Amino acid sequence: MIGTGLLKGLAVTARNFLGSFHDPRRFVTTQYPEERTVLPEAYRNFPFLVSESADDPMGTLRCVACQICEKECPPQCILIEKSADKKPDANGKMQIYPAVFAIDTSVCMSCQICVEVCPFDAIKMDQVFELATTNRFGGLLLDREALAKPDSYFHRIHPTEAAEVEARLAAGRKAAQDKARAAAAPKAAPAASAPSVQPPAAPVAEAPPPPGTAA
Amino acid sequence: MSAADPSLLASAPGPQIRAVRDEFHGDLLEVSMGPHHPSTHGVFRMMATLDGETVVKLKPVFGYLHRNHEKIGENTTYLGSMPYTDRLDYFCAMTNNWAYALAVERLAGQAVPERAEYLRVILAELTRLLNHTCLAGFLLQDCGASGTPLMYAFREREKILDLFESLSGSRMMCNYQRFGGCRVDPPPGWLEAAGRLVGGYGGFLDEYEALLTGNEILMARTQGIGRLAAPLAISAGVTGPMLRASGVDYDLRKVDGYGFYPRFAFRVPLGAHGDTYDRYMIRMLEMRESIRILEPALRDLPAGPIIDPKARLRGFRAKPGEAYGRIEGPKGEIGFYLISTGGPNPYRYRVRPPSFVNLTILEDLCLGHSIADAVVILGSIDIVLGEVDR
Amino acid sequence: MRPATTYDPLLERAPVVLRDWLTGGLPGPARWLADSLITIAALLAVFGLLFAFLTLAERKILGRIQNRPGPNRTGWGGLLQPFADGIKMLTKEDIVPRAADPVLHFLAPVALIAFSILTFAVIPYGRDLVPVELDSSLLYFFAAGAATELAVFMAGWSSHNKFALLAAMRALAQLISYELPLLLSVVPVVLATGTLSATGVVAAQAGWKWDCLPRWVVFTPWGAAGFVIFMISALAESNRSPFDLPEAESELVAGHLTEYSGFKYALFFMAEYFGMCALSGMAVTLFLGGWRAPLPALEFIPSYAWFALKLLALLLGFIWIRATLPRLRIDQLTRLAWKFLLPLALVNLGTAAFWSLSAAWAGPFQLVRWAAALGLVVGPFLLLSRGLASGLAPRTYRYA
Repeated sequence: MIGTGLLKGLAVTARNFLGSFHDPRRFVTTQYPEERTVLPEAYRNFPFLVSESADDPMGTLRCVACQICEKECPPQCILIEKSADKKPDANGKMQIYPAVFAIDTSVCMSCQICVEVCPFDAIKMDQVFELATTNRFGGLLLDREALAKPDSYFHRIHPTEAAEVEARLAAGRKAAQDKARAAAAPKAAPAASAPSVQPPAAPVAEAPPPPGTAA
Repeated sequence: MSAADPSLLASAPGPQIRAVRDEFHGDLLEVSMGPHHPSTHGVFRMMATLDGETVVKLKPVFGYLHRNHEKIGENTTYLGSMPYTDRLDYFCAMTNNWAYALAVERLAGQAVPERAEYLRVILAELTRLLNHTCLAGFLLQDCGASGTPLMYAFREREKILDLFESLSGSRMMCNYQRFGGCRVDPPPGWLEAAGRLVGGYGGFLDEYEALLTGNEILMARTQGIGRLAAPLAISAGVTGPMLRASGVDYDLRKVDGYGFYPRFAFRVPLGAHGDTYDRYMIRMLEMRESIRILEPALRDLPAGPIIDPKARLRGFRAKPGEAYGRIEGPKGEIGFYLISTGGPNPYRYRVRPPSFVNLTILEDLCLGHSIADAVVILGSIDIVLGEVDR
Repeated sequence: MRPATTYDPLLERAPVVLRDWLTGGLPGPARWLADSLITIAALLAVFGLLFAFLTLAERKILGRIQNRPGPNRTGWGGLLQPFADGIKMLTKEDIVPRAADPVLHFLAPVALIAFSILTFAVIPYGRDLVPVELDSSLLYFFAAGAATELAVFMAGWSSHNKFALLAAMRALAQLISYELPLLLSVVPVVLATGTLSATGVVAAQAGWKWDCLPRWVVFTPWGAAGFVIFMISALAESNRSPFDLPEAESELVAGHLTEYSGFKYALFFMAEYFGMCALSGMAVTLFLGGWRAPLPALEFIPSYAWFALKLLALLLGFIWIRATLPRLRIDQLTRLAWKFLLPLALVNLGTAAFWSLSAAWAGPFQLVRWAAALGLVVGPFLLLSRGLASGLAPRTYRYA
């Protein structure tokens, strides 16, 4: 009979209206900014650079300015300039560091490819999205100081990923130390038989192996 | 009658109207439903010539969202093009990713593990659910139902987007498929959440159909409007639910059998009239079939690697050659054609966009109908300007 | 207003007592003038505030139906939203096209509002609360309501914009098409109650059958059918969804309100809401027993409160329908009026005549009377709907 479809539709809207007062499935608005949605761990917005310690962010950046992320970035929004001198990294090896590391977040498309290709776990995805600025000429261009955040922050926002990176880095360090010890042991044996005492060779740390394709 | 002052019209917002004097047929009105318009699904322009209320000529004008996607593809590595494919049909990022990954895998002869294939099917069907739900909402919005079906559709789409966000990090620009598999494993609890969503989706579809399908006003607005005959559809290259609504049995999931689709039992609904109502109903039925694919897929997802261990991420090069990878996207056949000369970038990168091809017959569908119907017919074709313009 | 009568309880007479207290000291003609002015001011205040909060209620109810809160930031939970909208409308620039007829362009919204407010004068809001007592107040009401259609055409004509004129003519076609079912659904009420006066119609709906069923017009077969036809026509007369194509026209081709901005635009929408309120008020009067209580036990609630409750229920129904139904095309709209509602209203007139003539039938024949009346209502409805919905049906689909 004509009109039954309309009446069924009216019943559906009535059910939604009454349900919106007591059923959270029928009232789905998050009243921002008083309420916030809980972001999932995997959520990504713009990248940030990982520093080992919060006390000296510029001095303990993991980034060694290899420029792989700059090359692989699809919209070419990363600018890196290598430093002229070298600094010891977390394993003590002398590495160059980025004198300039800038990301233009108005160009960045949050694709995460820079994170995937970085061999040093130096750049990771941040989750901050309230980045509105009134400075139209530089407010969205994040330099090294703005990008550097400590490893503890990384652990807070991406706990699972950070734990896995930590395990991998520790395994890499341990493998490097074992290798150095094995290299030092035969050297120490002929040195002991030699007339002069030579100091043992400094342990050589190798860069950790490139991360597997599964992050 | 005096023609309206064009300088006044050029600055006014809204439709630009010019009266065209034609001595044989009296006055025809040329109405330009301009790029800024609430009902054109993006920056799209329809230049309609009206005889009274009836459309006698209709020229679609697009290109307002052209972003040089294919040229960028020639200047970017294969991996670097993957995020750009998200932005083609920005509703259906997962299926765009899959089609591109399929083309590259064919080009390079790359194998894909089982777990990744199952995940690809799951994500493609979830994308189909969200696309068809949104289409129903948008179609009703064009018919004038002040937002209610659209809001219900978006409420369900939010749940699927939450799933995508917890899996890939982004709601719409997922960038999730890689050559040889997927980027990352689903986090703990994701499969259970997806199972709950799929379990509840049937109930949502029942409520949605109670609101809409028997609605006499919707039937009056969409039945008999914009009839597409099967021979015209085939010769125009129309694919997807629009083709199946005209009665042509052509679903790439059955025809090509790509991925692991042959393992799932699902049916392909076909329409008989090819009008707007059929295009709407076919999509509702396809959603129910997608649920029938998703439930066994989520249940039987095998363990294993998420990506082929031999797949290279950086420095991916393919042997010289060409490949065409296509899948049944929610809007139709989305395909990527790649020519490789052995370098890090493809030599030629071409997208076959389903919305673009489906849009070319808009004039044939709208002739003889009123301008109010033209808006509804455009809504039923299901276009996304990101894909039409690339 | 009529002189205050000696009716108890106190609550019923409260508005009249207040007015008498304010104007008690004035001599005869001045007192009459003061009484009228106070009535006008009260009507404008009440319906102005009703309009304001109706727009807010519409947005909030539409929001809740759509699983979202609606405006809730302005003021306490959104209560100041209508005032914010009003300030916005008042402070917009008033653009008048150079080629437009300035007098008519200004006069159109004013005329629209004036005629809409005129219709409020004859609705009985409570036991002694009718602003103007006329013998043929129904005629006056519908005449003033039809005069608003002139203002719609004035708006399109004065804009000197061919497409606004065409759209105004289309809107006018819709309004005229629905005047006929509107009026024809009221004629049976006049026939049954024997009076053209609104207060007379309410008086004729007094009393209860078996002490629980009120003798309202809507509880008869022809009354229910008439009520439904009246409400559908009222939806179309006030340009509400699903008949809001004249407003939505601005999405497709220029609507008749294209050349209006700022406060004049707001006046058009105020007139639409006033029309909605007036027609709902008349529906309450004619079909739902006016200010009468539905049960004898509930008579302690004042009559104007009952009127307000019934009016609000009808207005909420308008909002509910707007949230649910899509829009009809113009040709479908006019076909509905001429080929469905008009014949149904005519048949309804015959049913009402039969009902009146068979009022005195003895006991068991009452059942025959009810069955015949119901058949006369349902039969034509089914027949006509089959013609209206020919070719439209849900479909089943085959699978490959």
